[in-house]
Amino acid sequence: MSTGINFRFKLPLGTFTLDAAGEIPSRGVTALFGRSGCGKTSLLRCIAGLEQAGDAYLSIAGECWHDSDKGFYLPPHKRAIGYVFQEGMLFPHLRVGENLRFGHRRTPVGQRSEDFDRVVQLLGLGPLIDRSPAQLSGGEKQRVAIGRALLNHPRLLLMDEPMAALDRGHKKEILPYLERLHGESDIPIIYVTHDLDELARIADHLVLIEQGTILAAGPLYEMLGRVDLPIARDEEAGALFDTRIVHHDQTYHLSRLALDGCELTVGWIDRPVGAMVRIRIHAKDVSLALDPPGPTSILNVLPVTVLEMAAHGRGRMIVKLDLGGQPLLARITQKSQANLDLRPGMRVYAQIKSVALSL
Amino acid sequence: MGPNDLAALWVTLRLALTSTLLLLLLGTPVAWWLARSHSRARTLVETIIALPLVLPPTVLGFYLLIALSPNGIIGAGWMALGGNGLAFTFSGLVIGSVLYSMPFVVQPLQNAFAAIDRRTLEAAGTLRASPLDRFFSVVIPLARPGLITAATLGFAHTLGEFGVVLMIGGNIPGKTQVLSIAIYDHVESLQYAQAHLLSAGLLIFSFLILFLVYRTNGTSLLRRENR
Repeated sequence: MSTGINFRFKLPLGTFTLDAAGEIPSRGVTALFGRSGCGKTSLLRCIAGLEQAGDAYLSIAGECWHDSDKGFYLPPHKRAIGYVFQEGMLFPHLRVGENLRFGHRRTPVGQRSEDFDRVVQLLGLGPLIDRSPAQLSGGEKQRVAIGRALLNHPRLLLMDEPMAALDRGHKKEILPYLERLHGESDIPIIYVTHDLDELARIADHLVLIEQGTILAAGPLYEMLGRVDLPIARDEEAGALFDTRIVHHDQTYHLSRLALDGCELTVGWIDRPVGAMVRIRIHAKDVSLALDPPGPTSILNVLPVTVLEMAAHGRGRMIVKLDLGGQPLLARITQKSQANLDLRPGMRVYAQIKSVALSL
Repeated sequence: MGPNDLAALWVTLRLALTSTLLLLLLGTPVAWWLARSHSRARTLVETIIALPLVLPPTVLGFYLLIALSPNGIIGAGWMALGGNGLAFTFSGLVIGSVLYSMPFVVQPLQNAFAAIDRRTLEAAGTLRASPLDRFFSVVIPLARPGLITAATLGFAHTLGEFGVVLMIGGNIPGKTQVLSIAIYDHVESLQYAQAHLLSAGLLIFSFLILFLVYRTNGTSLLRRENR
């Protein structure tokens, strides 16, 4: 019996049909990623039971929730899920505390897995409890919505672009909470997004959706390191690394990070030596040289091996490199590739202009 | 005020209250269906419910009189169930009033229901609330101003009804004579003083009810925005 989430849905969506099947791991955050209107929200709604596909199968850790062949469909209110809508959808007639308790009160005591006070503390909701939703900022509303979903004691947390309606400042406010949630909760999370940065910060697995079908699925590191997927064409494309802080340089305000066999020097990270940090190296920030460059302002020059390359049109290429066993992406022009005569297997030097932190 | 006038006042209040209660009970599910359904029958039902807005009350009253008579479709059914005939009875009046005032109750309710975001209900659904639970814990509280408006309009409209009542209830003092008809009688017999008393009373009473409702509804709406 499978421990993950197995699904198969066929649902007509205007100009195309959602036709998706697969398995989502029972641990960690799985991102459903794709352009607006690709069907990722519809897939999430099918999993929640908000959309009833004609041809459908869904099971969670072996427990069937939907099987159209057997005429079985469990309505949303009988599924132990938490669903976070884009705009929060708090109940305007109830105060924050009552919103939080809405699902909590309706959950049989024996099935309650979350502690009210713990959730309130995790999401910093204490000062908001007696307020009405209309008195909350967008970010606060979303935090309450996440808390309300958690206090429904879900076996599966579904989030539909919970940050899409927020401005940059409020996104910054929410992200740390999502990361804490990720770290402290063992409920599987399915997270719909079209933002690559958001994805890189919180996801473990990636399901890539295009025109209602699943283009590819797998662990995030692997997927972000592939050159054959549309995400490699994105302006923000780049590889992810989990690194450890090994040294702080007080004089120059820099930190050194270790990743398999090599070290990276980055701007000061306000975390202790030994802390793990997830970093992202954008393909656009990596350039290649055949020989070790002479004196340069670039701090990080690392020996790498060319693995594969793909042309992305308009004279641009994406190159997949091997950096101590992990994929690193570089975006170069086709002319550079011709000039350097780059071929798979070649050993070259990657110059990394900057490193984005995904704390 | 004579004993007949007092009786008319009592009949009127009883009729208005009973009708309002029934209107809310019947109108709520109809309004909910109209607000949510995409069925083709919707337009037909909307039209039928809105008919009393345009028809002369006498037309509705005339057909009701026929339907409520012992041989009419409603009357015969009522007799078969053991009733005593509906025309010229209080029960007949209630049926007439409910039909006549239905659009005044259904339309505000329908608007209030339609204004509720579908996703708010979906959210309640994902939080373990069954459809019925959602209706009482989310829909009704959110539609409260609409409910109050519907109840007031239903009540006030029944209070002022004349034509339908005259057609199907006649003018039996103490049984089916309502204030509006008692006033008419007084005017017919040139008893202007009594007519004044009842008319002014009805005027002030109606004004007060509407004023109170608009005030509570108005402030509750304002408070909602200020929250």
